[in-house]
Amino acid sequence: MSRDVLNPLTHINISNGKKTVLELKSLSKTYKTGDRALTDISFSVPAGQVVGLIGPSGAGKSSLIRCINRLVEPSSGSIYLGETELTKLSGRALRQARRRIGMIFQEYALVERLTVMENVLSGRLGYVSGWRSFLRRYPQTDIDQAFGLLERVGLGDHYNKRADELSGGQRQRVGIARALEQNPELLLADEPTASLDPKTSRQIMRLIQGVCREMNLPAIINIHDVVLAQNFADRIIGLRAGQVVFDGPPSALSHKALTCIYGAEDWDQVQQSSESQNDEFLFSNAKVLELT
Amino acid sequence: MTEDTIWAFVADAPRQASDIGGRMLPPRWGYLNQLWQPLWDTLNIATLGTLIGVIIAIPVAFLAAGNTTPSRHFVRPMALLIIVTSRSINSLIWALLLVAIIGPGLLAGIVAIGLRSIGFVAKLLYEAIEEIDENQVEAVRATGASRVQVIDYAIIPQILPAFWGISVFRWDINIRESTILGLVGAGGLGLQLQSSLSTLAWNQVTVIFLVIVATVVVSEWVSAKVRRAVL
Repeated sequence: MSRDVLNPLTHINISNGKKTVLELKSLSKTYKTGDRALTDISFSVPAGQVVGLIGPSGAGKSSLIRCINRLVEPSSGSIYLGETELTKLSGRALRQARRRIGMIFQEYALVERLTVMENVLSGRLGYVSGWRSFLRRYPQTDIDQAFGLLERVGLGDHYNKRADELSGGQRQRVGIARALEQNPELLLADEPTASLDPKTSRQIMRLIQGVCREMNLPAIINIHDVVLAQNFADRIIGLRAGQVVFDGPPSALSHKALTCIYGAEDWDQVQQSSESQNDEFLFSNAKVLELT
Repeated sequence: MTEDTIWAFVADAPRQASDIGGRMLPPRWGYLNQLWQPLWDTLNIATLGTLIGVIIAIPVAFLAAGNTTPSRHFVRPMALLIIVTSRSINSLIWALLLVAIIGPGLLAGIVAIGLRSIGFVAKLLYEAIEEIDENQVEAVRATGASRVQVIDYAIIPQILPAFWGISVFRWDINIRESTILGLVGAGGLGLQLQSSLSTLAWNQVTVIFLVIVATVVVSEWVSAKVRRAVL
């Protein structure tokens, strides 16, 4: 099988000359166990672009986005957020750079025993001093912003509830509010819909897409659901065995491209059902798309 | 059942038991008035001892837990050594040593209970720390939070119920242990027990036993209540 990047449009074209927010230059990651997770990844993301990162399980999607905010240490290559070279930072400088990157997680990763408000305010931890955060005495502007964001994600009345009292979709909304509370320049999302039902998944994706549009915020979203990725992303990057094998607009995701990313499968059936798709997502799709 | 068993004494046992039983009854209720102060001492030994133990156990637990220790090869083994040392020596033995070192009285009892509690609390607490959900830690780290803030926001909320449960459980155990520390001179009810035993005042021993039982019942009730409230 060809390992050439299927790149129908160069990303200069995709980015439309907008300012580059994130740039990855030949990023590689090899784990201590010898597993090679990422090989020579290079791409850049302009402001406001929503990137869907697809690929089979184990292709390195999670490693890739965790390398960006250095929750996972890259082995080589460099990552630039604006002018800052993230790969060179450590200690305080790294924490200050992390404030600029909001992250949304698969299992929400809210602190279950804290309130919704405390969870959202934890997005400001990188900005406030230790004693202030310990006493939960955040600046009024942070609190006002948190209320505003909760309103935006549709949870205005729930601020005083404990996170573990919420449903999955509601928790993910809190996760989104927490990430946005950071006033990030970039949003990373690691399988944000993997624990949600199909309808809620679409609502969450629509919400992420919506806030990215409003704030001109670029996002990289790991997602194993090709149809969701096609519907909500501006650009698709396909990973296979730690390498970029596709980079282009969702419309260019042909059968050939999908086969290149995932291996052979009856893609007609997948695309057919995606055409008949509406908010009441069909469960049968999920089965077809389980390509692991 | 050994060669040294003196069978004449064994054969004699029922008569001895009924003799002592007879002398234990009726309890000498008037003796209660002399027990309030030692009972108060016992409660103080248990509570202050638990407090000291818990305060020292918290940092030890964080140093011992594999996911929070600053160094797996040096600090962690040291912390584990503290835990094992504390746990392997019975409170009564600690008290015996401490009475010799700092003299008889409440302080020796408090320190003995404290030293014994460090290991118990630290061991259960570090196990709770190792079992936390790392996703929550990762999420808080991703916001740019410092180490201390990560502990404050991601770890402490997760271990708080376990912490209260362990502490109250240890307090409950310490109430029981502190009732006998007086036997070696470390203050509290045990002191009265020893003097009653040595003067063969069995009807006073009965009163002490009843006070101990009542105290333990109350402390168990309190500890069960608190644990249910925090879980």
